[in-house]
Amino acid sequence: MEESKRTPLYEEHLSLKGKVVDFHGWALPIEYEGIISEHKSVREKAGIFDVSHMGEIRVKGKEAEAYVQYLMTNDIKAMDDGQIVYTFMCYPEGGIVDDLLVYKYNRDHYYLVVNASNIEKDFEWMKTHVDGYDVSLDNESEQVAEVAVQGPLAEKIVQRITKEPLEKITFFTFKDHVEILGKKCMISRTGYTGEDGFEIYMKPEDVTEVWRGILEAGKEEGIQPAGLGARDTLRFEAGLPLYGNELSKDVSPLEAGYGYFVKLDRDNFIGKDALLKEKKEGIKRKVVGFELKKRGIPREGYEVLKNGEKIGIVTTGYLSPTLGKSIGNALVQSEYGELGSDIQVKIRKKEVEATVIKRRFLKK
Amino acid sequence: MSERYYTKKHEWVLVDGKEATIGISDYAQDQLGDIVFIELPDVDDEFEKEEDFGVVESVKAASDLYMPISGKVIEVNEDLEDAPELVNEDALSNWMIKVEVTSPDEVEELLTEAEYKDFIEEE
Repeated sequence: MEESKRTPLYEEHLSLKGKVVDFHGWALPIEYEGIISEHKSVREKAGIFDVSHMGEIRVKGKEAEAYVQYLMTNDIKAMDDGQIVYTFMCYPEGGIVDDLLVYKYNRDHYYLVVNASNIEKDFEWMKTHVDGYDVSLDNESEQVAEVAVQGPLAEKIVQRITKEPLEKITFFTFKDHVEILGKKCMISRTGYTGEDGFEIYMKPEDVTEVWRGILEAGKEEGIQPAGLGARDTLRFEAGLPLYGNELSKDVSPLEAGYGYFVKLDRDNFIGKDALLKEKKEGIKRKVVGFELKKRGIPREGYEVLKNGEKIGIVTTGYLSPTLGKSIGNALVQSEYGELGSDIQVKIRKKEVEATVIKRRFLKK
Repeated sequence: MSERYYTKKHEWVLVDGKEATIGISDYAQDQLGDIVFIELPDVDDEFEKEEDFGVVESVKAASDLYMPISGKVIEVNEDLEDAPELVNEDALSNWMIKVEVTSPDEVEELLTEAEYKDFIEEE
């Protein structure tokens, strides 16, 4: 097997006794002290994640707006400078290339933050559609390190090490050239946990100092480094999807339940015709939430049944650390996905009864 | 004092005459992380050596439990039903099942503590 790539924080993870595993080719910690403790720390106080594996692609040029608008399902033209949107990039057939964040500097300049596992695929996809647009594309993923500080105390903690008034950076906006501990950073009020918090982008050579500085600044409040394990349980409880689980090239954003981020009434974009047709005809499958009525833990890949017939598959499932319930997401045939319907999840040899519930498991 | 033996699947067994006590190793609990659910068999269930007799689930994953030795279940540790995290706290004293051993000779095929230590260092 090919050696996993290391983020600039690799040595920090080892010294913090992180359990480092391979994640899509990256050596990253699954946990430090433990998933439950890290999860709770983010929900109640704050946690810091190394997300340097994420991809960053810069789009610049006179036609950057038109180009990004054509690739994305959300309405890029409706964005303000300094704003961020969550969007999908789709195939013509309606399946998902990736889900991503688009940061708008101005009409000639966008910054795209994509999934680590999809960087090369996304960049190739973007290049194949660049003809005819006056834009330049730059895959900066290797030159950018990123940390996410998440939790109700995130602002208080980060504010201690920057003069930038953070309360002015509102939800889904960003500011570039912000100094944190004297290091030039780009900072956005975004995240993947369902909590308040920031994502901070900087040069790889600056990230160790910023990482240590944030841990030090939040020591009193009990900030904890958090790994991929907690990142997944947190995003799942908050109803946020993961590419490869809820999202894939074989699932459309409408089936995944994120039609809000697909603006079918706007100008043309890749996948629009297929998605319009799908909307008109009705989706045949959909991702639903469910809760087990009995003990057991649903896991990705387990079969979902109705009266003994397979009707779908679990995309993510956990014993929720916050709620203490066994809950999951499943991609099922639409007719069985009504709220309140009874379904069964096959856990090893047993069929365990479950009820379809809302996917935003966490009510905040 | 009886000696504790191990398997390459990370179970331990303490044999005392015809009775054997079975659990998972400290290394296994550390690798699993926070244990949140343990499914154990019923008393009187019979298992062959290497057969799966239950499941231990951490936040992240489910792992089968394998019999280190053939036997018939005579007791299950019911404390683990409501407090599976006890295994994280002390994997060696928080056993999972006790069995009546059916083939005592099988013990000779198991790893000693020293052999198990060498084995996990190689892993």
